[in-house]
Amino acid sequence: MIAKGETLFKINDLKKSFGDVDVLKGISTEIKSGEVLVIIGPSGSGKSTFLRCLNLLEEPTDGEIFFEGNKINDKGCDVNLLRQKMGMVFQQFNLFPHMTVKKNIELAPLKLLKISQDEAEKSAQSLLERVGLPDKATSYPAQLSGGQKQRIAIARSLAMNPDVMLFDEPTSALDPEMVGEVLELMKELARSGMTMVVVTHEMGFAREVATRIAFIDEGRIMVDKPAKEFFENPDNPRLKEFLSKVL
Amino acid sequence: MASFQEKFIQCFVTEDRYLFFIKGLSNTLIITIMAAIFGILIGFLVAIVKTTHDRTGKLKILNAVCNVYLTVIRGTPTTVQLLIMYYIIMSGSTNKILIAIMTFAINSGAYVAEIVRSGIMSIDNGQFEAGRSLGFNYVQTMWFIIVPQAFKNVLPALVNEFITLLKETSISGYIALNDLTRGGDIVRSITYETFFPLFTVALIYLIIVMVLTHFVGKLERRLRAGDR
Ligand SMILES: Nc1ncnc2c1ncn2[C@@H]1O[C@H](COP(=O)(O)OP(=O)(O)O)[C@@H](O)[C@H]1O
Ligand SMILES: [Mg+2]
Repeated sequence: MIAKGETLFKINDLKKSFGDVDVLKGISTEIKSGEVLVIIGPSGSGKSTFLRCLNLLEEPTDGEIFFEGNKINDKGCDVNLLRQKMGMVFQQFNLFPHMTVKKNIELAPLKLLKISQDEAEKSAQSLLERVGLPDKATSYPAQLSGGQKQRIAIARSLAMNPDVMLFDEPTSALDPEMVGEVLELMKELARSGMTMVVVTHEMGFAREVATRIAFIDEGRIMVDKPAKEFFENPDNPRLKEFLSKVL
Repeated sequence: MASFQEKFIQCFVTEDRYLFFIKGLSNTLIITIMAAIFGILIGFLVAIVKTTHDRTGKLKILNAVCNVYLTVIRGTPTTVQLLIMYYIIMSGSTNKILIAIMTFAINSGAYVAEIVRSGIMSIDNGQFEAGRSLGFNYVQTMWFIIVPQAFKNVLPALVNEFITLLKETSISGYIALNDLTRGGDIVRSITYETFFPLFTVALIYLIIVMVLTHFVGKLERRLRAGDR
């Protein structure tokens, strides 16, 4: 575990192409432990690809990613062990529909961390309480609303006790009235000191929770500023244009 | 002209001829059930190899082997496969039940493989990514997350394959194996009576198939109710 304020991710000139389409064209940045980095940018600009490179769901074409001091896009790296330390929350929730909520949360800790059934159950129950759904343990995902599904998906990731949480547009698939409950939970998570990288279009959330905001456009980070300064006098014309559309 | 009743007695009671049907049915069921079990095993393995290859580009050689297997098995009649197994591949063996089980398992496996493959491919890729991003490796993700869902989705199709298999085993007589069909045929040849032996055989198959079909219908309704 890295102390708060120390470098968690160091990314040098990260590039990713699909075939001959260059999606990421050289991204360099650092993410410190305890930071909440919000990534914004137009659709198709490479936000998801960037996020998915961080846990190697996409294999970088070029460049370096260091996590907790170790280079991870390297042959010798144990991706499975690495991913246990990074939670990921998807736009489409991706809960396991054939398992109860409780099983969804317990599965990874049971099989990967080899904790006892007793421990797993206790931890699942306390996570359910934390996400505000203590009575849903025996429900199946199909019986939940979108907002509840996403909160369970967050609980499932938290069950592995990750060092960082990656969110890829966690509220984009939700009906408007359910966005709030998920953002509320993410705020609570941020307050608890969790390191978070969040791709989102929720500018209110960015303004309120982010410690830093990065604007990605055409595969590059165009603007990268502390949240407080970000919205004041944006001088990048592309960012201005983007903000005028989303704000 | 013997009466209806006399014919019945001649076909089933005299010399305990009903035993031909009982013994035949039991052989048919043994072959079908064992072949189904091994066929499902083969089918799942082949399906996993093929989808792994499609997704990751790995397992090139195994994938090629699977393709040859699928092409050959689906491209030749089951009867011919049975004869080749009996006269060539297993020519040293006299265990006809075993030979039939092997043939039908290998045959059915090819069809199960296609069913399971479509089942695996119908699972949203997000399920796979959710598993991997929790830290499960490829095999664990398949085992805990993908295959259980695929199995549930294809269960009705698998039962239908079981029904096909059951009917297909009626060619076992080609290697002089006393299955249900041949049992009836033997009684026919002893008694020169056609009606009772052949319709009895047909009726027994029909009843089993109808029970299974009923079961599939129930299963499909159950599964549909389970998903949203
Ligand atoms: N697996 C893939 N294969 C080919 N092209 C892809 C793939 N994933 C993403 N892309 C392309 O990369 C670009 C960036 O995608 P993405 O990172 O999802 O953008 P964003 O999340 O910012 O909307 C898009 O043009 C998209 O079509
Ligand atoms: Mg995206």
